[in-house]
Amino acid sequence: MKKFIIISLITAILAFSANAGTDGENSLSKKKHANIKDCFEGLNRATFSLNQGLDKVIFKPVAKGYRKLPSTIRSGTSNALLNISSLITIPNNVLQGEFKKAGINTGRFVVNTTVGILGIFDVATKMNFPEYVKEDYGQTFGAWGIGAGCYVVLPVLGPSTVRDTFGSFVNVIGGDPYYNASTHGNNEYLSDSLFMKTKVLSGVDFRAKNLESIDNLEKNSMDFYASVRSLYLQDRQQKISNSSPTIEIMYEGDWEEIENE
Amino acid sequence: MRIKKILILFIFIFSFSNFNEVLSIEPDVFVQSIVNRASKILSSNLNKENRIEELKNIADETVDIEILGLYTLGSYRKNLSDDQKKIYAVLFREYFLKTFASRLAEYSNPEIEVTSKRKINEKYTIVSSSLVKTDKRPEVKIDWRVYTKNPENLLIRDLIIEGLSLARTQKEEFLSIIQNNDEDINALFETLREFIK
Repeated sequence: MKKFIIISLITAILAFSANAGTDGENSLSKKKHANIKDCFEGLNRATFSLNQGLDKVIFKPVAKGYRKLPSTIRSGTSNALLNISSLITIPNNVLQGEFKKAGINTGRFVVNTTVGILGIFDVATKMNFPEYVKEDYGQTFGAWGIGAGCYVVLPVLGPSTVRDTFGSFVNVIGGDPYYNASTHGNNEYLSDSLFMKTKVLSGVDFRAKNLESIDNLEKNSMDFYASVRSLYLQDRQQKISNSSPTIEIMYEGDWEEIENE
Repeated sequence: MRIKKILILFIFIFSFSNFNEVLSIEPDVFVQSIVNRASKILSSNLNKENRIEELKNIADETVDIEILGLYTLGSYRKNLSDDQKKIYAVLFREYFLKTFASRLAEYSNPEIEVTSKRKINEKYTIVSSSLVKTDKRPEVKIDWRVYTKNPENLLIRDLIIEGLSLARTQKEEFLSIIQNNDEDINALFETLREFIK
């Protein structure tokens, strides 16, 4: 495992060194989007329907209830959850060769966990720390050049790809310090159930923040499944590229073709 | 005599300036004016139906609906007959205006601030803006792809919300419908007809 990490680190550093000469100008992407296949579309659509059912019966009503809580409680919860997520972000910053970001995020985590009382208050942002951007193992694999594989819809968890699903497994085989401390930490403050509660709360928090936008998307889609798939894959593409999302997402080919027809 | 001098001065100035530039509007000002018009409607006392009608008018004037429609068909547009192109243009316009206005009408009194612009090439400028956060939603970054080839007639071709392109999402949704119906474009036409009923 140690050897694997060292080799991966060297590969990542070399890869980033090779890209260091790019000019970063405002040119739009000339690369056509990688066509990620929906190899299990029938099964995926069935799982998607199941998830929609669960959302209707459980997640959406809970999220609506959560939205009724005072905004200070909700923002404190969001801040604390985001603070915990930096325990996955920091090792991924390192694995992607982003050592400066790893340092900044570590500082942010220390400040928010102590002065910000377990991350409830985002003191680091008030101290003008740079904007926090989440990273995960799926993104790291993508940054290393590993292909996404097929698109999959997981029960309860929702859209993913084979690569991103494998990335999530890394969390539970030692990649997530919060999971490790909760399940193997042998301490009186953390436990398996607390870890699960945190994950459920993250889901509810996300759903509550997106109540209107998801409803709106569903109402205005003729094929909601296809819309969600497109949005998920675009989101992952821009997160993996770690570049200006707008520039990366705008493949020029089709627009140019229309212009010349 | 004095008037004659002023007239000569004007003729002199205009002969050296590009009339297009005089009449043109900057992309960021263009976007801000759209946002202001939409905000005014959304914060007005109009009922929902009237709001939607007003928003449709704005979209009709400022979005390049015809080209956006062709874009959303991907490579399938190349196989369309002239008759199919005409049918599709009408269906897409109705579909677009309905969904666009319906999406916006949900927001009451949205505050959007234009923050910057980046000229990508002679044809496009990206105008960046942000939907100011409220108690119910976080701040949302919105980028506008403005077609600037004709400076006198700027048009919106795409909205990129938090890095997610609406045009691309629409295209992939349409392609999914076509591909799940044995590549029959008429299935998309039928679905559009059903939706805009």
